[in-house]
Amino acid sequence: MSRYILRRLIAMPFLVLGIVTIAFLITTVTKGDPLTAIVAEQQMSNPEVVAAAKARWGLDRPLPERYMIYLGNLMSGDLGTSFITKRNVGTDILYRLPATLELVFAAMIFGTTLGIVLGVLAAYFRNSLIDHGARLFALFGSSLPVFWSGLGLLFIFSVVLNWLPGPGRLDARLPLPPGVTGFLTIDSLLAGNLAVFKDALWHLLLPAFVLGWTVSGTISRLVRANMLDVMSREFVLTARAKGASEFRVVIVHALRNTMVPTLTVIGYSFAYLITGAVLTETIFSWPGMGSYAVEAARALDFPAIIGVTIVGGLAFLVTNLITDILYVVANPRVRLS
Amino acid sequence: MSAQLSSARTGAIDAAGEPLLSIRGLRVGFRKAGSQFEAVRGIDLDVAKGEVVGIVGESGSGKSVGMLAALGLTSKNAVVTGSVRFKGEELVGKPARAMRKIRGSRIAMIFQDPLSSLNPVMTVGAQIAEAIRLHQRLTHRQAMARAVELLALVAIPQPERRVSQYPHEFSGGMRQRAVIAMAVANDPDLLIADEPTTALDVTVQAQILSVLRSLQERLGLGLVLITHDLGVVAGHADRVAVVYSGRVVEQATVSQLFADPRHPYTRGLIASIPNLEESRERLFSIEGAPPALGRLPGGCAFHPRCIYAEARCREQDPPLLDVGDRFSACHFATTLPPFHGASLAPASLETGSLTS
Repeated sequence: MSRYILRRLIAMPFLVLGIVTIAFLITTVTKGDPLTAIVAEQQMSNPEVVAAAKARWGLDRPLPERYMIYLGNLMSGDLGTSFITKRNVGTDILYRLPATLELVFAAMIFGTTLGIVLGVLAAYFRNSLIDHGARLFALFGSSLPVFWSGLGLLFIFSVVLNWLPGPGRLDARLPLPPGVTGFLTIDSLLAGNLAVFKDALWHLLLPAFVLGWTVSGTISRLVRANMLDVMSREFVLTARAKGASEFRVVIVHALRNTMVPTLTVIGYSFAYLITGAVLTETIFSWPGMGSYAVEAARALDFPAIIGVTIVGGLAFLVTNLITDILYVVANPRVRLS
Repeated sequence: MSAQLSSARTGAIDAAGEPLLSIRGLRVGFRKAGSQFEAVRGIDLDVAKGEVVGIVGESGSGKSVGMLAALGLTSKNAVVTGSVRFKGEELVGKPARAMRKIRGSRIAMIFQDPLSSLNPVMTVGAQIAEAIRLHQRLTHRQAMARAVELLALVAIPQPERRVSQYPHEFSGGMRQRAVIAMAVANDPDLLIADEPTTALDVTVQAQILSVLRSLQERLGLGLVLITHDLGVVAGHADRVAVVYSGRVVEQATVSQLFADPRHPYTRGLIASIPNLEESRERLFSIEGAPPALGRLPGGCAFHPRCIYAEARCREQDPPLLDVGDRFSACHFATTLPPFHGASLAPASLETGSLTS
């Protein structure tokens, strides 16, 4: 088992280098001129200003040199300076990433739990009202665009019913808790500030639901299909013949056997949401990675774009590694390979 | 028809005057997409304490479904009627919770395919320990220690090491031994083995059967051996029930059944056993195929394939009757010509064998 994980770990640096290289090269193949982001429009005709700007940002150097400089800086943890914010991209991302992670974690906890529960129920009560209801819920979850469901739910719960707050992470009148993890819910609890915790949690509910809904749709369909397959196997009959309760048969025996494909989807969804929650973050004014990526792309802010791409790539690498490790726990047959 | 089969006549009676298991008129129907069919159309069977009873029949004859139904293990759309009494206690219609206390504890059941009858993501020991702890108040540690003993009981070498391994680390024969160990974990009174050796190599089959038999003798188990293999029955059972199209058509002791079968279907089955002493080009087979469920012929279900069939066979379904030394469901049970084993088969019959 340890050898299996070791092999994965050894491959990691090479994969990271690949991601960095591709992220860097992406910016060179785009047609847009980053100078438009740096130099004011009236100054673009002034060759001195343009030359100075190019020299200032190193855009006058040949590509291989720029790549080597970037790699060198990256080694010391420097992701470069954003054209727009003029701050270090690493600092920007460290400020944005926790917001996204908090949202994605909440969405995944919600989406996974609901997806598994619905999938199991739908399989067990196949062709019943529960099954049809779960199918409809999944269909809406995966086919409703988030800008539609997000706005609709905001309208209902925030505007009409006034049960939940509007967009944002926290009421502007409340003080930010001291940053430890960057998760407002956890930091506020660490600081013992229940009012902030409650407000942060309330703000988190809707966007987490909207994101989690899409995930729960996929997971519930997958779990249902796998449960139907597993429940027809003989070991389920053996478990019943032993005198195990239906709950035990379903949860302990059947569900654990559906975990490997489910873990794959959970891992993939998690990594995808870290950079893919763009629309949700935009609608809910969530200051996360998605909205940062959009701003960077719109302004051709190359250092920021590269930074976001690298973080997204790393998210996939790390979640894949964790998923692989969990495979071993979930499926003893993997240990042989 | 159930009245005809008395426990006294079958000899399946223990000291208390009641057989261990007594099945009367068991029927199992399934509803599927509006249509309805009966997989079991009346099984009568007694099993005494310490007795080995073979149930023989082709696939789809209802032999497995009948025993699953007796244990309340059929699917939700099954309708089970009739009577299954275990130690005098009626099991048909018993609440699920009460049935769970009996399953795995007083009555255990093992299945055909050892490859899939163990949970692939749990260790063998954990699965045996689970069976123990579902019915006995033991700690996990105590149950695991007992699991090691049980693995040793079914002759698995190095049980201390094997107990923490997963099913995929076991061979097919060893898995079936582990399944048997799990089945006898709570010292049951009755063990139902559904084709326990069908999925195994011939040499392993013999080992598994000898493990089953030695356990059966040592623990005084009642054993129901469901099989399509008459050879298994001949070697290991005390009594046999032959099942055709969801019904018991003949029931007798093994020696009586093989010496003088009183049902044409049984005769066909015995005639189609390959015989080493006789050199025949083709193996005897019963002509035709078993009827599809839900499309049974009128009268005796066997009559379209029966070489003795007459007009009344097409109209009246014969009940299972006491014909002196055994039970037979044939109008001509007492008047069939003497049985000469394989010579019954005309040489011109088509090839093929009784498939399972």
